Amino acid sequence: MFEACADPRAIEGLTWAACYLTSGKHIDFYLSFLTVLLLLAITAPAALGMGFLGATAARSHIAPVSWLGKVYIWMVRGVPDIIFFLFFVIALDQVIEYAKSLAVCADHAWPWQGLEFRVCPEAKVPLARSSAFWHQAYGFMLAVVTFAIVFGAFVANVIFGAMNAVPRAQLETAEAYGMSRAQVFRRILMPQMWIYALPGLGNLWMILIKATPLLFLLGVKDIVFYARELGGSKTQAYEYPHGDWRLWYFLALMVFYLAFTHISEIGIARITRKLSHGQATAGGDALRRAGG
Amino acid sequence: MSMTCWETIQAYGLRSIGLGENLLPRSDFTLCQQFTLIGSGMLWNIYFGVLALVAGFFLANAIALAKGARNPLIRKPAEWYVFIFRGSPLFIQFFLAYEALVLLPNEFTLFGVEVGTSWTTRAWAGALLVLFLNTAAYSAEIFHGALKSIPRGDLEAAEAYGLTGWKKFIRIEWPTMLRLAWPAYTNEAIFLFHATTLVFFSGFPAFGQMGDALYYANYFADKTFNPFIPYPIVAFYFILLTLAVTFFYGRVNRHLNRHLPSNTRSRIRLRPQLIR
Amino acid sequence: MKRLLIATALVTIAGAASAQDIVRLGTEGAYPPYNFINDAGEVAGFEREFGDELCKRAGLTCEWVTNDWDSIIPNLQSGNYDVIIAGMSITDEREEVIDFSAGYLPPAASSYLALSADTDLMSGPVAAQTGTIQASFIAENGMQLVEYATPEETVAAVRNGEAVAVLADRDYLVPMANESGGELVLLEREESLGGGVGLGFRDSDDALREKFDAAIKSMKCDGTLDAMITRPEYFGPEAKTWGDAGKEGC
Repeated sequence: MFEACADPRAIEGLTWAACYLTSGKHIDFYLSFLTVLLLLAITAPAALGMGFLGATAARSHIAPVSWLGKVYIWMVRGVPDIIFFLFFVIALDQVIEYAKSLAVCADHAWPWQGLEFRVCPEAKVPLARSSAFWHQAYGFMLAVVTFAIVFGAFVANVIFGAMNAVPRAQLETAEAYGMSRAQVFRRILMPQMWIYALPGLGNLWMILIKATPLLFLLGVKDIVFYARELGGSKTQAYEYPHGDWRLWYFLALMVFYLAFTHISEIGIARITRKLSHGQATAGGDALRRAGG
Repeated sequence: MSMTCWETIQAYGLRSIGLGENLLPRSDFTLCQQFTLIGSGMLWNIYFGVLALVAGFFLANAIALAKGARNPLIRKPAEWYVFIFRGSPLFIQFFLAYEALVLLPNEFTLFGVEVGTSWTTRAWAGALLVLFLNTAAYSAEIFHGALKSIPRGDLEAAEAYGLTGWKKFIRIEWPTMLRLAWPAYTNEAIFLFHATTLVFFSGFPAFGQMGDALYYANYFADKTFNPFIPYPIVAFYFILLTLAVTFFYGRVNRHLNRHLPSNTRSRIRLRPQLIR
Repeated sequence: MKRLLIATALVTIAGAASAQDIVRLGTEGAYPPYNFINDAGEVAGFEREFGDELCKRAGLTCEWVTNDWDSIIPNLQSGNYDVIIAGMSITDEREEVIDFSAGYLPPAASSYLALSADTDLMSGPVAAQTGTIQASFIAENGMQLVEYATPEETVAAVRNGEAVAVLADRDYLVPMANESGGELVLLEREESLGGGVGLGFRDSDDALREKFDAAIKSMKCDGTLDAMITRPEYFGPEAKTWGDAGKEGC
């Protein structure tokens, strides 16, 4: 990046450190933080949406819908998410390509042949001749969808429990006032549900942040990938040889995640305060005593 | 030399703890072999999960109380502990713990006794330590949140009955906290069991090819080049495990809620008016 | 679901927009001097130069992709890339699922790296990378195996005492021993494993494999392959080469 870095073997000390930390691979490392943030920005609302759908479905009075919701919540809860990621991503990829092959392929051969999955070249998603960017973007999209489905099920479970935790007295009072079921849901259940859901949802947001290293297992070049890659000892074959620095790189990742979760905790605390106003809970009490 | 399924189970049933056939199957893979080996790997997952949860429960209660303490000397360290273990990914915690434990001198003398430390980097010890600390931190946060959510009416009723201090805590606050926390704690227990699959993927190597269920599933997926059998098998075992955990926790939940009216619409409940 | 369809459509359109047919070469990127990712973030090493040369000779446009060792074969079959070029030894086990090209590196020795020259291999665990022929060898020969995901971690294990030795391709370990300032030494004992290094292809990709086979043959015939192998930054002048055997049938 800088001219002084043209010959890494001739420099040392702070200059070496500066050149080392701005090498091409390090720039890729810094950019990979954006990949992680992008994943979170898309997955969180998607998971919340899926969770809400799942919880509402599970509470429905229509038996098949309720059954579907409950199976969704339960199936994904039952399987460790790492297995889901390892397996589901390949399966989803193949299902998409199979669907595409039905549309664009001349022959409609069954793609699963023995150990291979074969579709005509036009059905490949992304196409083999697309640039590396599209392949990475597609892999990323698969990861997002998988994350949203997995965490959506957990969110559904928390929201389901929270909906059940709203004191029945509140709902009965609302009915006594003549509100319809939909009105009770919208005006009483939903706003009051959040305070009960918040500890669980807050926990899940933290868990989602912490699950982002799974991107690395899916072959996406995320921050864990680069930390391992950059931290391992390097021989003279490399421009910047060094010893085993993995401990330091992972400490740096630790600091990043701690900073991120700290900001999240502050945000969640603010929301909890806001929702605790006027609530007959110990938390609401504490606010009243503190004059908040 | 093809074995019947029963012989396979005898040979590999306890392979994950080093008993049985030494060499893992390298060709002619059968479904029985996969079920058996992956099932034997579940021993590790259950070991990690149960021990970490049980020990973690006690630590979590202590930390949850410490977080609510007025004395900052007690509160601050608890907050920092929860912050560090909740705030960073388990993967990174495993890795850092492994690297740090590896850096420990192999032996040192403590009060004239030679203490060897190489066992700390083994998964059964080092990973268990990380899982224990990790789940205690998450559970502490859940319990602490539940403590704050106890309905004021319950606390005032307790005081009206003349229960104060420790009595109030152990008879009213703590059971209510547990009841309110239980759904989220069930989630946490399930997450913990699921997290045990990360052990052999991050930092801690498998000595003598003794690993957990996912380790063996990975082995078969690599060797057969077909992930569509071993991974669903692990998923199957974990669904069974989750069923067991959910059943057990559900029983406890019923026990905790036994004094409350059920949520069915048709029941008439007698309930003291909540004071606003 | 709708979002998924739109995303797929966008990706397809964008894919169709790029004009040329690209062959994608998959490598590990963690195994110098065979292949590694240099500090500029690009694939480098013997296989980088070799692969580029093959593509030139076969008249193909090639793109490089990196992939973890563990999933390198399944991802070939899923179509993430078209060729595996990652120091992969030709073995019967692998032949069952993928097709290999003609070998481009003759079978070379695997060595042990340890903290001292008289290490007893039975006295503790021996490290190897998961899913390699060395790992299988250790398990089959009564030594206690400890596996790691990347080659560098296997050497780190020896350095910090987790393993008494590591078994890996000799060409990978020699620079480690040389640069360790005497801390790490190669044992005298060597093993001869695998049938040489070849390119990996899907079973159905015979046409592509034949193009690469022809290019490899041409490089053996005119001696450029041997010259590339013996370069000091790759395997050095003492490395095994094809020599006259490679020139048969030119």
